[in-house]
Amino acid sequence: MGRKLLLEKAHVEGIRYFDVYRREGGYRSVEKALKTMTQDEIVEEVKKSGLRGRGGAGFPAGMKWGFIAKPEGVPRHLVCNADESEPGTFKDRYLMEFIPHLLIEGLIVASYALGSHDTYIYIRGEYAWIPDILEQAIAEAKANGFLGKNILGTGFDCEIYVHRGAGAYICGEETALIESLEGKRGNPRIKPPFPAIKGAWGRPTVVNNVETLAAVVPIINEGGEEFAKIGVGKSTGTKLISACGNINKPGVYEIDMTISVEEFIYSDEYCGGIPNGKRLKACIPGGSSVPILPANLLLKTAKGETRYMNYESLSDGGFATGSMMGSGGFIVLDEDQCVVRNTYSLARFYRHESCGQCSPCREGTGWMEKVLLRLEKGKEKLVISICFGISKAKLKATPFVPWVTLHHGRWLLQSVILEMSLNGM
Amino acid sequence: MSDTPLFKVTIDNISIEVPAGTTILNAARIIGGDVAPPAMCYYSKLEGSGGKCRTCLVEVSKGSEKDPRPMPKLVASCRTTVMDGMEVKNITSPKVVDARASIVEFLLLNHPLDCPICDQAGECHLQDLSYEHGKDGTRYEFQRRTFKKQDLGKYIQLHMTRCILCYRCVYTADQISNKRSHGVLDRGDHSEIATFIEKSLDNNFIGNVIDVCPVGALTDKTFRFKNRVWFLKPMDAHRDCPACSGKVTLWNRGDEVYRVTARKDQWGEVEEWICNDCRFENKKSTDWIIEGPRLIDRHSVISQGHYAGKIGLTMPTETFSAVHHGRQPKLLMDIHSVSEVNQTDIDLSSINGPAHSNNFNSNKD
Repeated sequence: MGRKLLLEKAHVEGIRYFDVYRREGGYRSVEKALKTMTQDEIVEEVKKSGLRGRGGAGFPAGMKWGFIAKPEGVPRHLVCNADESEPGTFKDRYLMEFIPHLLIEGLIVASYALGSHDTYIYIRGEYAWIPDILEQAIAEAKANGFLGKNILGTGFDCEIYVHRGAGAYICGEETALIESLEGKRGNPRIKPPFPAIKGAWGRPTVVNNVETLAAVVPIINEGGEEFAKIGVGKSTGTKLISACGNINKPGVYEIDMTISVEEFIYSDEYCGGIPNGKRLKACIPGGSSVPILPANLLLKTAKGETRYMNYESLSDGGFATGSMMGSGGFIVLDEDQCVVRNTYSLARFYRHESCGQCSPCREGTGWMEKVLLRLEKGKEKLVISICFGISKAKLKATPFVPWVTLHHGRWLLQSVILEMSLNGM
Repeated sequence: MSDTPLFKVTIDNISIEVPAGTTILNAARIIGGDVAPPAMCYYSKLEGSGGKCRTCLVEVSKGSEKDPRPMPKLVASCRTTVMDGMEVKNITSPKVVDARASIVEFLLLNHPLDCPICDQAGECHLQDLSYEHGKDGTRYEFQRRTFKKQDLGKYIQLHMTRCILCYRCVYTADQISNKRSHGVLDRGDHSEIATFIEKSLDNNFIGNVIDVCPVGALTDKTFRFKNRVWFLKPMDAHRDCPACSGKVTLWNRGDEVYRVTARKDQWGEVEEWICNDCRFENKKSTDWIIEGPRLIDRHSVISQGHYAGKIGLTMPTETFSAVHHGRQPKLLMDIHSVSEVNQTDIDLSSINGPAHSNNFNSNKD
């Protein structure tokens, strides 16, 4: 049984409300941070913890905080990225829906560390019922003196605003999110300048995922070094995995990144195996924009080592024989599922959600969807050269989505080969 | 400006020193020629443009003197600034050539390729780009997206089908007019340039969106289907305009002014914005003071058949003395001394009808 940091109290009845949350030891980190620590000490603590961004890219959170520019007289902002739109990922929803105070608590500490007096939660438009939960939590925190003016008598002011998105996947990209927050069309900006220098309204801004901010709470409570002891290597702490697909027990699990993928899928503590005794065919281990892995490469790396559920092990082998931890959307396909069809439905998603700013993604995702549909219907002449062409187009340099497009090209190729090899062709 | 340090950057093995903060694309443009990457969305006169079409991708094989690591991905040269000691590969990198061909293929996926009926043909950047960097065929076998033609006011027509969504017209409207009334609606491959809903663009400077459009998506309604650009003679001209500088290029055939555009530099970028009045309402040659023919060097098809930058008779160069290092040919025998035809004092053009021996004989008498 791995250690739980975030979801430890998730099943306590009424944890959604301030009183129960406080009784269970909530908001200790705010008291500790605001009363006994300086801003730099908190950033240092987060750096020590080795916490990596939980939104997908896995960039060290402490480092990101360290980059924030601190010009005199210019307000800074912390923005919580709750625009969780990746197909297969629903960990943030769980967190916000059931223990909203954990996020609020993390936000207060992080706002203090970064000097943000106006902090925003940018929440996905489709999560229509969650803003109410968050706003209630914010109101409760405010009523109890943890938000607003002069928090706990320390002189630190902070307000948290919930901003609802309008339902665009691209607004999960941090610069697009900032544009959208400013009220503009959510197109990604060109970096540099990075948000840490010039973000929302041209002010220094840090954008962090919900889970990253929630993880700040145990880091402050227990210390960065304690946090770093959990997990392995550079994958420190615990990670929420939202498991779905052909498994007996889909849901959100907190893992400590030392368990193997095989254990995660088959043990009763986690996914509980595949229903009806079917065999595992393939798996997308980190949300829909990471490469899909066939069963043999999922459980063992290309070198024959056991693959573990952590950042390094999942990406072992690069994009050729490995995948990524991504945002933790774990999608399992059993032997009855068609990889091509699955890839088609994801390609359709990306086509629909492409912002259309950069030409490779705008044109490429639509093409890919059409090719996949024809492939699925058995009419494609199997133009593998197209697949190569798309993946070779080296679209990586574009701000965000073409990076995804690149995966798609590879997927297309990979899913065709996978489907062929599994059918004994 | 004087305290800006100079950075040395090497592009395709050509070194140049540019002030810090210059983009790779602009450094390459200083070198010029093939070294300059093509750009479909970047427009040096428009702040914030660029980074969208990805045709200007280059490979950075050495990041800088301090940090010589190459950049892991191809970068958009229009938005990446140079570092000291940076080494960039443009046409010398097979990766770049390959990627650019793919980008061209992407840009042409939903482009109708209706050049034979498109007014932009001959001065279309997408045409140039596909000729220079594209492949000779497409692998796309599906239906292309189509839109209906739209009138944006009385001067401009929008063919959304041809649009490559470079956002230049949006930036133009943002930056030279007070209030932008068109923009990008929707997203992905169904996004479109549109006014919401069916409004007309009536700012006095909005005609410039026609000039910045790299393709034939925004066309001049006063010129549509009137003539091909390569049949017209571009002439620099000016007039006294209260709204703008009045410096324009007239596109003439004979004395007739077919259209008026802003003057464009060698990268196809407008030098000075002109107002709608100059562009659409002054189509008589008497309205303008002609300065002289405009040198068109980038769009070769327009300069075809026009004087090569000079007015008047251009004599062919005599090659004989050139290849003989300046020595003149030696005259061995003057044909006129033995022949009765070809006499130099008889003007053939003044003879009525075909020349005949009688003409020469009678002349002799």
